[in-house]
Amino acid sequence: MSLMSLTALELGKKIQAKEVSAVEAAKEALGQIKKLDGSLNCFVTVEEDSVLKKAEEVQKKIDAGELAGPLAGVPAAVKDNICTEGVRTTCSSRMLENFVPTYTAEAVKNLEQAGVVVLGKSNMDEFAMGSTTETSYFGPTRNPWDTEHVPGGSSGGSCAAVAAEECSFALGSDTGGSIRQPSSFCGVTGLKPTYGTVSRYGLIAYGSSLDQIGPIGKDAADCAAVLEAVASHDPKDSTSMKRDSYDFLSALDEDVRGLRIGIPKDYFGDGLDEEVKSHILEAAKVLESRGAVLEEFDLSLVEYAIPAYYVIASAEASSNLARFDGVKYGYRTSEYEGLHNMYKKSRSEGFGPEVKRRIMLGSFVLSSGYYDAYYLKALKTKALIKQAFDRAFEKYDVILGPAAPTTAPKLGESLSDPLKMYLGDIYTVSVNLAGLPGITVPCGTDGKRLPIGMQLIGDCFQERKILRAAHAYEQTRAYTHCPLAAEQV
Amino acid sequence: MSKQYETVIGLEVHVELATKTKIFCSCSTEFGGAPNTHTCPVCTGMPGSLPVLNRQVVEYAAAVGLATNCSITRKCKFDRKNYFYPDNPQNYQISQLYEPICRNGYVEIDTPSGTKKIGIHEIHMEEDAGKLIHDEWEDCSLVDFNRSGVPLIEIVSEPDMRSADEVIAYLDKLRLIIQYLGASDCKLQEGSMRADVNLSVREVGSEKLGTRTEMKNLNSFKAIARAIEGEKERQIELLEMGRPVIQETRRWDDNKESSHAMRSKEDAQDYRYFPEPDLPPVIISDEWLEEIKARQPELRTEKLIRYKKEFDIPDYDAQIITSSKKMADLFEATTALCGKPKKVSNWLMVETMHLMKEHDMEADDLKFSPENLAKLIDLADAGTINSSVAKEVFEKVFLDDIDPDQYVEEHGLKTVSDEGALRSVIEQVIASNPQSVEDYRNGKEKAIGFLVGQTMKAMKGKANPGLVNQILKELL
Repeated sequence: MSLMSLTALELGKKIQAKEVSAVEAAKEALGQIKKLDGSLNCFVTVEEDSVLKKAEEVQKKIDAGELAGPLAGVPAAVKDNICTEGVRTTCSSRMLENFVPTYTAEAVKNLEQAGVVVLGKSNMDEFAMGSTTETSYFGPTRNPWDTEHVPGGSSGGSCAAVAAEECSFALGSDTGGSIRQPSSFCGVTGLKPTYGTVSRYGLIAYGSSLDQIGPIGKDAADCAAVLEAVASHDPKDSTSMKRDSYDFLSALDEDVRGLRIGIPKDYFGDGLDEEVKSHILEAAKVLESRGAVLEEFDLSLVEYAIPAYYVIASAEASSNLARFDGVKYGYRTSEYEGLHNMYKKSRSEGFGPEVKRRIMLGSFVLSSGYYDAYYLKALKTKALIKQAFDRAFEKYDVILGPAAPTTAPKLGESLSDPLKMYLGDIYTVSVNLAGLPGITVPCGTDGKRLPIGMQLIGDCFQERKILRAAHAYEQTRAYTHCPLAAEQV
Repeated sequence: MSKQYETVIGLEVHVELATKTKIFCSCSTEFGGAPNTHTCPVCTGMPGSLPVLNRQVVEYAAAVGLATNCSITRKCKFDRKNYFYPDNPQNYQISQLYEPICRNGYVEIDTPSGTKKIGIHEIHMEEDAGKLIHDEWEDCSLVDFNRSGVPLIEIVSEPDMRSADEVIAYLDKLRLIIQYLGASDCKLQEGSMRADVNLSVREVGSEKLGTRTEMKNLNSFKAIARAIEGEKERQIELLEMGRPVIQETRRWDDNKESSHAMRSKEDAQDYRYFPEPDLPPVIISDEWLEEIKARQPELRTEKLIRYKKEFDIPDYDAQIITSSKKMADLFEATTALCGKPKKVSNWLMVETMHLMKEHDMEADDLKFSPENLAKLIDLADAGTINSSVAKEVFEKVFLDDIDPDQYVEEHGLKTVSDEGALRSVIEQVIASNPQSVEDYRNGKEKAIGFLVGQTMKAMKGKANPGLVNQILKELL
């Protein structure tokens, strides 16, 4: 049996028990990448030369008793918008094709401290803008369940790599669903933590007020373990919050008896695929059978979440991406006349169409004369959406719904109609606007054998509750390896 | 000129704060240093870096606000000002637009017609940009980010000033307040204080403000005064010719004593301000504000009162000494050492001022230590050196901050009070100047002065003048 078919915690346990070494685990991961990544394209950069050396160092520390954590020696992928010192960090953009950061993101430092062996940097939609990983400058990632289909996005490389068992777990980032939607499409478990839980220092910003790094793994237990490792109060990130507790694993010991689960009727209306709908409702019934209390309710304002999200995220992006100008680092056009022309040509050639679209949208909504009508209105909508969730969480511990309206579309189907693609984010963006934690858990496949994900949303700082529900549900069904990975086993 | 015009002036003053580290990272703010050595991922705008606010910046900004009678915004916020320029690594500046830290203050200035209040619209915190260096030989431009992220406050006045004199008085007042607070050294020449002048003219009696221009590149009080006069005349001339004043930013050239348009309102940039998502609002609690208040140092007005009471020095002297923080600090430190406030005040008022004028220096350029001035005063006071030697030694103290004790010792400048030695010199002087001796004996009292002078000359200035007089009279 492949070591990569184990969960991160199972593998970690074997490493601690000296049944396998960190080096063996890293070798298997590299082997799987070699086998599959040519067709899947989950990775932008694999640190082939240094991975085994890092694994050896980790193993030495394990042998010396200096590393005893559950993730020590476990190989992982890191999304390519998270800075790694000395290893290029591209955001899957031509703009940063050769950008090598001078420092490592706090989240990755935390992982390294826990003894995780970073294999490389995973593919994504360019600057995390997109829902299919097709906007990557380095070509699309393919869904390991069916390579004709997209893995979702923007953390498509991370989710596909976990599903294809090219790594034990991965870090992604989620601004409007970028962890939860591809997790759903790839049949893995992905968690977007409460805003401020994982340091953003070193995460190349898209929408600063919405961005959050989170774990992607085979199950809720892996997500809990990785979240424990990466979450920290970081003085270098002023929006980082000091939480009372960073213990997430122990939440899995509890069952769901008495857990109040709200099912928003507005999440099950028009536009939701019937198969997806029935699987989600079935999963809800499973939780009910385990003792949870289900109730339908009206969340309201759902239709306003997408416009508010695209206004706010694009506005912040237009400013965050201004630094990519060809002056200090990154792509610079080869021929230009004067400063203005250099800016214009470098940015025109360095950014892809989706990034340009959002920069233009963001610049427009911040322009004088439009600021009040769009940006300010979006901020007010954001506050109202937060209030709607606050009211819901007075009655419920967890909100249950789909992560995406459909299963993974075919490659090339989405990009031609960006507006339609944006509407696919309907169940995920409001969680970012309200700063809440959300987790996607696989709950079966549709007629095309494509995975369906159930989303569980918690109140701020209530990761333990959604992990508990996710874990309880997983206890009722075995993890389904994607066919491609299963063949390798 | 047939009509009477009134000039209306408002100021935007940028002040570089005297913090040890930058506003959003822990890099040093120290001046100089090889290019790009005081930098980190934050102040060079590296992807993924995030700002963390320096508490001291808030405290300095609030201190200036309190000292200028502003109300302090208890929940103030930062905003991003977006514009592309290579000295600005993120292509946005973190500043404050919607909720600045201080609002609605004023300072009082003295004018020939009495005290006048100049309103302060707001004070906000922001970061400085880097510096572009244009290499004409290589035909390229380089960026030094050492200054990038140095904290600034911008003090925006109301359009309450009516003349260059009022503007200078206002700036002088601001400078003193800020220097006293220790929040900045406020040097115009070095750029730690920069003023942009917004000026319009209107017919006397008119309620409506005229179209204003903004003047930049003003590096001294003199340049500001000249620019105001120049711009006032330019605008009046336009109006007299029946032509409109165009709202624009102009750049003053102090060598040519004229200005030229930089950009008009039409091509003004849209800065697309929006709330800085990387920084939570700054909450200034009651406790914090009280702490800042408690730490406010004595300002000039309070000092003036105390000097009169505690040191009994003349009002005029106290005014001059407190007109710069540096001078006041020197005065207080030296007085604390030697315990002779009047003597200290005298040395500062007479010799120091004289030498400053001679060397074209400002009080801030003074380099000598209170220790050495105190030693000098003690030497002179004890009669160890006479007054002409004291002046000579002071000049050395003033220029090189030498140790007077050591200097007097090394150069043998101590007053000679040895009666025997003096007597023999004086006997020689008397012997070689029979005419003066004759004149004195014939009742020409003044003649003794010449003999004293001759004695001093022979003693190379080191004789005790009292003793010389006494011996001379005795021998004559």
